[in-house]
Amino acid sequence: MSMGTSLSATTPAAAKAPGLDAVQLGQQLERLAGDLGIERWDLGAACSTDTSVQVDRGEAKQLKGAQRSSITVRVWNGDGLVGITSTSDLSKAGLARALAGAKEASAYGNANDTPAFSPLAGAPLEPLDQPIQDPQAILSLLTTLKEAERDLLGRHAAITTVPYNGLAQRASERIYLNSAGACRQQQLSTASLYLYARAEEAGRKPRSSGAVRLAYGASELDIAGCIDEAAELTISHLDYAPIATGYYTCVFSPEAFLDLVGAFSNLFNARAVLDGVSLSHRESLGDSLAVPFLSIHDNGLHPGNIGASSFDGEGTPVSRLGLIEDGVLSHFMHSEATARAFGVAPTGHAGLGAKVSVGANWFEVGSGSSAGGAQGLDRHSADGVVWIDSLSALHAGVKASQGSFSLPFDGWLIQGGETRSIEAATVAGDIRQVLKALVGFEGEAKVTPDGLCPHVWVEGLSITGDA
Amino acid sequence: MVASPPLALVQLDPFDLSWRSRLELVLASGRAAGASLVEVFLESTDHIGLLAEQDSITNVSPAFGKGAGIRVFREERDGFVSTNDLSERGLMAALEQALGMLGLERGSSDSSRFDGLSGLRDYGQSKQAWLDHCPGLGEATSRLLEGTALLERHGQHLQARRGSYARDWQEVMVAASDGTFARDIRLHQSVGLNALAADGEHRASQGRRYGSSDRPDDLRQWDPDASAAEICASAQAMLRADYVEAGSYPVVLANRFGGVIFHEACGHLLETTQVERGTTPFAEQVGSPIAHAAVTAIDEGLSSGAFGSLSMDDEGMEPERTVLIENGVLKRFLSDRAGELRTGHARTGSGRRQSHSFAAASRMRNTFIAAGPHSPADLIASIETGLYCKSMGGGSVGPTGQFNFAVEEGYLIENGELGKPVKGATLIGEAKEVMPRISMCANDLELAAGFCGSVSGSIFVTVGQPHIKVDSITVGGR
Repeated sequence: MSMGTSLSATTPAAAKAPGLDAVQLGQQLERLAGDLGIERWDLGAACSTDTSVQVDRGEAKQLKGAQRSSITVRVWNGDGLVGITSTSDLSKAGLARALAGAKEASAYGNANDTPAFSPLAGAPLEPLDQPIQDPQAILSLLTTLKEAERDLLGRHAAITTVPYNGLAQRASERIYLNSAGACRQQQLSTASLYLYARAEEAGRKPRSSGAVRLAYGASELDIAGCIDEAAELTISHLDYAPIATGYYTCVFSPEAFLDLVGAFSNLFNARAVLDGVSLSHRESLGDSLAVPFLSIHDNGLHPGNIGASSFDGEGTPVSRLGLIEDGVLSHFMHSEATARAFGVAPTGHAGLGAKVSVGANWFEVGSGSSAGGAQGLDRHSADGVVWIDSLSALHAGVKASQGSFSLPFDGWLIQGGETRSIEAATVAGDIRQVLKALVGFEGEAKVTPDGLCPHVWVEGLSITGDA
Repeated sequence: MVASPPLALVQLDPFDLSWRSRLELVLASGRAAGASLVEVFLESTDHIGLLAEQDSITNVSPAFGKGAGIRVFREERDGFVSTNDLSERGLMAALEQALGMLGLERGSSDSSRFDGLSGLRDYGQSKQAWLDHCPGLGEATSRLLEGTALLERHGQHLQARRGSYARDWQEVMVAASDGTFARDIRLHQSVGLNALAADGEHRASQGRRYGSSDRPDDLRQWDPDASAAEICASAQAMLRADYVEAGSYPVVLANRFGGVIFHEACGHLLETTQVERGTTPFAEQVGSPIAHAAVTAIDEGLSSGAFGSLSMDDEGMEPERTVLIENGVLKRFLSDRAGELRTGHARTGSGRRQSHSFAAASRMRNTFIAAGPHSPADLIASIETGLYCKSMGGGSVGPTGQFNFAVEEGYLIENGELGKPVKGATLIGEAKEVMPRISMCANDLELAAGFCGSVSGSIFVTVGQPHIKVDSITVGGR
């Protein structure tokens, strides 16, 4: 198996497509499985080549490269039970050991919930417009990032460091194969830039903020936009004040609202429903979950989704799926097994495992077909409104199975025509109440790394501050 | 118990002295090209993850792999490349890439700049049989199902019961051009139980996770009955709890995982990676008071069986006991090789990484506030109105030193006594402000296992403390 580790010494650029050979891999697995008496198997394989740079005040901080490969094999034993094993060893010996491990693990497969091949693993895929970009030399990435850092540092005297920064590019490939002949393969190139600045004025607390950009290649990154956004946000937090604890109308930035929706995506997750850890039940479809002007779709195929996959871990095509339509819970996200349990088709949201996980791809939030909600909202002319730019610590402050959240945030209080950064505060609530307390949307929907969303107004949220 | 052999996938091809010549070739080539230091980190892993839900095993996920991380320094700058290809060709290709990042080029081998590796320090020699002594799949699954059954026995209104077990075996070899040549075997096991209680609109989810290092027998020693009873009591208490009222309160944080406050609020800021980034307010504070005089804080990698203990760090250095803060005065930073190079703080055996895909960085190991003179009851009794945080969730610290963490199980303190349970609390603050407010430490120090995610990935750590009192902290709630 060629993993493409040979790189030029002088121009160690090369995030070249690593080159998995699906046909060879399939034939190899077929032979090895036959030797072990395994008739039914599938596999997911991925490999990638990454290069990234970080800088610190004009100097290279760390330059990184990585060649990664991984494979997960899944086998069905004579009793129809499933076992898996994952490995980074794609040699023939590694594959043989992985198959043997999966076979052994299958003895402990769950007879009550056995995955099968997706009935859609051979269905046509939607074409994706994902141009493969040539990688840049790492020293070129370094020069670009140094210039970006210098530009950002020059935007304001208080911006003294950009402690978190990175410019990275990746070439990757993934494969899904099964013993019934399904064969999926996708190649992708991506690049990312993040700049997170720290600013401090004499006698005041340090403040920080940042921005991220994604593209199909480093040459396509909106570097100027990333610098502008990081500078603007960081400077905007320099003049800060504590906020009084109380209940406020909040305006969520697209990124913040998408973070909140993502944290509670078990609402739409059939796996979580079957496991009893979702806020929804099997019978919840058709329930009014939100204000009638809210619609949320999952659309991994949206052109704004850099890094979109055309198929999920089981080979099922990814497609657009309505989750909340006009305020009503309309569909769950499914794997093959959950879809079978619900009597519907898989939706393209599966991982690959003995117990298959289900997860969202990329959200679209908006008003859908139903007009409504307050019109002409403009946070800049509002009074007593909290503008939440970003939420933190979702891993700790979200109780997904309970619906509650209490999260630190960065944002501003808009009062009396003045927009002032909030020193340190948390926002708390219940996602079910949030979805019912939407006031309306402001402005055009914005493409973010996690989805498409406008600014979202929500009334009556609890804010804890230090004033 | 069902007797079964352990599922071990990578017992072939151990890292041994046969690797010496290959590693020396890589190191010599790197030095000849002009690198000031070259380090190779070899890793082999064997993982088992089990999940039990209700009364069934629902997931068995074995994984194994090998890889290498090659780090090249050119004075203070470094380039790092990881690969799954451990052949000589693969390692040399990775080296060439790392050299190229620093503007260096592999030329003819000039071995005069490399004196060869020293004798192998083999910490793994006595640990060869550990994997064989771990519970097999049959035994481990039985043990886990015992745990979920005990949740059912102890709990009420339980909607979901989960048990999970993870066994992580790791063999590492570190070779560096300063002569470092060391090998180790690490074994980490953790077992956790979770319960979701639901009654109408009321819900409460509680869980506990226990972890150890280097104890093959640990799952057999685990007491699932005590674990299940503690979780169910907690879930029952929190099921109908009211939301905490937001504000600033004095709080008492319980021992064990309560130590996450020091980990997040201060520990990360005492890593030299933060000094390098300019993101710690304590960079110039060694020798100065940064905490209340009641606080002495320690980080070490030596406690037997603790989740963050090591025979050597991921740069081949033996760990040490590092007193970070003594009676409120800052004493040391945690430092790794790059930290020493770039900040001048001497290495402490704290160079750690999740895997070969990450360069090592200065990270915590077993970190705790030392015991004080008081009883836990003294702390509660000293507060008229406040919050008792019996069980903590996770937390994080940002680039300006702001930290936050979630309270999983909380109780009001009223007139010096514990009152009704409350939920939904998040504690937020800044290290510089909160450390001087830790005014009382109790005499009941205990440690708890955890996972810490940071610049070099997710690693096994221990947090710990006795019961402590914080005079005032912002409590986010409703």
